[in-house]
Amino acid sequence: MSQKDQHRHISGGIVAEVAQMTEAERREHEAEVADVVATDREFAVGEGETLLEMDNVTVRFGGLVALDSVSFHIKRGEILGLIGPNGAGKTTCFNAMTGVYRPTSGRVLLEGKPLGRTAKYRITRKGIARTFQNIRLFEEMTALENVVVGTDARHKTSVLGALLRLPRHFKEEKAAVEKAMALLEFVGIADRAGDKAKNLPYGYQRRLEIARALATEPKLLCLDEPAAGFNPAEKDELMELIRKIRDDGFTVLLIEHDMRLVMGVTDRIVVLEFGKKIAEGKPEEIRNNKAVIAAYLGVPDDDVA
Amino acid sequence: MTTTKTPAPAKAPAEPPRRRSISEWWNNLSRFQQWIILLPLVALIFALPWLNPPLITTEPGYDFSIAMFDVARYCLIAIGLNVVVGQAGLLDLGYVGFFAIGAYVAALFTSPDSTLWKIPYLAAIPLAMAITMVFGVILGSPTLRLRGDYLAIVTLGFGEMVRLFADNVDALRGNRGFSNIGAPPGTRENGEPLFANFDGKPWYVLCVAVIIVILILAGNLERSRVGRAWVAIRDDEDAAELMGVPTFRFKIWAFVIGAAIGGLSGALYAGQQGFMNNQRFDVLTSVLFLAAVILGGSGNKVGVMLGAFVVAYVPLRFLSIAEWKFMIFGVALTILMIFRPQGLLGARQRLLTYGRQAYQRLVGRGEVVSSDTAMAGGKSLMNGGNGAPK
Repeated sequence: MSQKDQHRHISGGIVAEVAQMTEAERREHEAEVADVVATDREFAVGEGETLLEMDNVTVRFGGLVALDSVSFHIKRGEILGLIGPNGAGKTTCFNAMTGVYRPTSGRVLLEGKPLGRTAKYRITRKGIARTFQNIRLFEEMTALENVVVGTDARHKTSVLGALLRLPRHFKEEKAAVEKAMALLEFVGIADRAGDKAKNLPYGYQRRLEIARALATEPKLLCLDEPAAGFNPAEKDELMELIRKIRDDGFTVLLIEHDMRLVMGVTDRIVVLEFGKKIAEGKPEEIRNNKAVIAAYLGVPDDDVA
Repeated sequence: MTTTKTPAPAKAPAEPPRRRSISEWWNNLSRFQQWIILLPLVALIFALPWLNPPLITTEPGYDFSIAMFDVARYCLIAIGLNVVVGQAGLLDLGYVGFFAIGAYVAALFTSPDSTLWKIPYLAAIPLAMAITMVFGVILGSPTLRLRGDYLAIVTLGFGEMVRLFADNVDALRGNRGFSNIGAPPGTRENGEPLFANFDGKPWYVLCVAVIIVILILAGNLERSRVGRAWVAIRDDEDAAELMGVPTFRFKIWAFVIGAAIGGLSGALYAGQQGFMNNQRFDVLTSVLFLAAVILGGSGNKVGVMLGAFVVAYVPLRFLSIAEWKFMIFGVALTILMIFRPQGLLGARQRLLTYGRQAYQRLVGRGEVVSSDTAMAGGKSLMNGGNGAPK
């Protein structure tokens, strides 16, 4: 193993160079990477204004009400936590935002415009990207290829353009690879860019999902339990990454069970239980909220009455 | 039985590392070096019918040049079907339908038996491709909302419909068929046409040239947004859609491009045969096409050509076992699926135009670091070898 590592360093590439950089050089390099990763899309709303709004969204599956007129909003530039016990409707909420489910009633508005019945891939292009609770990478592709699929969301090369290799194809391919390489560095998995996704370690796969979602240049990044299965050290690294993503100009919606992580990284928190919103506020408010404590820990029967 | 079984386990552990090192060596060569190595190989392939090498030859039982044309034709079909099945992951059991449409278009527009106006054979080829593409859209747009087994059943039906049309529509002349189907121009020294149906050599050269062009074009598509969309759809259609891939549109494109290649090979086949009737487009042929793709390695262009070679060549080389071919292929496929479910060569696609440079710059190495053969044994071993830097 050590011999292999040696080989990796000697054989060069950016990954090896970074490993040998001084602190200052490394910081400069990281700033460059962050610059390439940052989205340069035009927003219809300013910093701190409402980016996405859930307006009385109800999702019903037959007799089951998964979401019961839930309303909340996400401000541009913040990290919003979405928490709740198992089955509270967090992922359903994600699915309603990204077009997987259509709200039975109510609306989802991105930058003030309702998403309505927009196709899923168009919603992604409009600016909502997500990761999955159970990792869903393109397993037979390399890490780099996975991320480039994300960048394709913004590409316009047609089948004919690709077949005949028209100039736009080369331009987009070049830009895509640059961006994807920066993204892999950004989330910290560039050393295994050439590995098939299915052969990556678990933590790398989770990070690759984030990189792939970021590649679509989302206005809103939705992370569905990104820390599931992580040990405390990995969770700390993930918190760092989420902050870094926000600092790079992205807005983040985070579903997470781990309270330490949620409390540590979010600006605001929305709490769901049985499909209803039971609380919303800053982390410290949520921490002391009676309804939230009751939802998580339960309450003695006589207290309810 | 025992003789075939004993070497297999002995070979299995040794084989994956060897193959990996060859592919790694190959991937680390520059494009230029790869071409240098490929050129003599291509020349050799072109020269095969003239060389007529002993042992490999199918004579005296079967004309070698025609046998080689048949092999080349199967290769072309396998490449086309690989776009649909191997890359986009859409199980198409009715591919022979496109092949038949291509053959019939060539026949209808060049044979004196047809009542339609006549056009030169070389013009009939693009026309055949265009018409099969239209049929690709017609079949694809209602059915590509289906997935997996359901899609397979519908395409199976499509293949049968085409055959039944050929049986029952008067203009398609059923069993009587079309004779004197056109051929590319050119005459020999003795005044006979160059592209005659008794000599497979010119047809073989034409077909190999077509294959090379198609391989280059298919490679262009693969190393682009289109190829990535297809593989994304194959790996996880829902995730692809949520990552911004217009899945429906790209599935239609996969169908249409696959159909065009099927139509092309059909038109070549009709030209070489010179006669076309309704007897050659049954489901079994479709299954044989699919067997070539699965056998060689769905998703691997070299693999599917290898599979096509086996499927087309073996029955012609060993005429005495030809009538057993379906049983032999069946047994071979079954054994293969147990020991090597990914086919002879596992799926491997390169999906980036600048991938080579990118990997070089990031990790200082040519290409894929991890194994292609993860489904085979020794997966964990090889992963350990690559080692996560921790």
